[in-house]
Amino acid sequence: MACFIVPTAEAVIVTAVKKIERKKEAAGAQSHEVQAHEDRVPLARKLTWLANMLWGGAVLLAFEHIWHGEVTLWFPFLTAMNDAEEMATMLHEMATVGVSMAVLISIVWIGMCIAADAIVRRHSSETAESTR
Amino acid sequence: MTLLITVFAAVIATVKWYTRKDDTMMLGILCFLYWGASIMWLVDAVFEYMELGAEYFTPAAEDMLNDTFLGLSVVALGLVIWLVRLLIADPRGVIHKALTRKQA
Repeated sequence: MACFIVPTAEAVIVTAVKKIERKKEAAGAQSHEVQAHEDRVPLARKLTWLANMLWGGAVLLAFEHIWHGEVTLWFPFLTAMNDAEEMATMLHEMATVGVSMAVLISIVWIGMCIAADAIVRRHSSETAESTR
Repeated sequence: MTLLITVFAAVIATVKWYTRKDDTMMLGILCFLYWGASIMWLVDAVFEYMELGAEYFTPAAEDMLNDTFLGLSVVALGLVIWLVRLLIADPRGVIHKALTRKQA
């Protein structure tokens, strides 16, 4: 009914954090702090992956909800808002399906970050060995 | 069916991204877009399965047709979003070149 709202809210927060982190990294690059973390993917880049997954999924899911007539382009935008019983169902769906979506995307992202760092570390150690 | 079509789109986009020569086509956006939607629909499918049980795997023909149509529309929308972002970012400078070209 409106499960995509939960990942959308997470996407907004992640996008804001990403912008702050990018500013921090740009400032850190000027003072050469970043050189110490060359064997890791920068956090701002990792947050971009999460934001892209969340925004992408939320937009396509919102389209599905428009398709099924659960979301309208006029106020109150969610058809479930017109009826108290339907509103309770919608909130329950947001708390179960919506939260599960956001959690699973975050778990997949954490897995991606661990794998990406391991790949970068493996590649940099291979390069170091071959230059010896 | 929507989940299945989106997963196929995500896999194809990821293979294209992995075999790309350079990053000027911004295929990463397409991958994240389809994988994000696939994960979300997977959760939706799990909850629906918990509610319907084995009945989930035997949808009515009309529902399946509607879901297929929806899945294809979702893939098309994803492609349009990616194309708009690609044209705005213009990593190859094609749009810039076309706009600044002097007419003979």
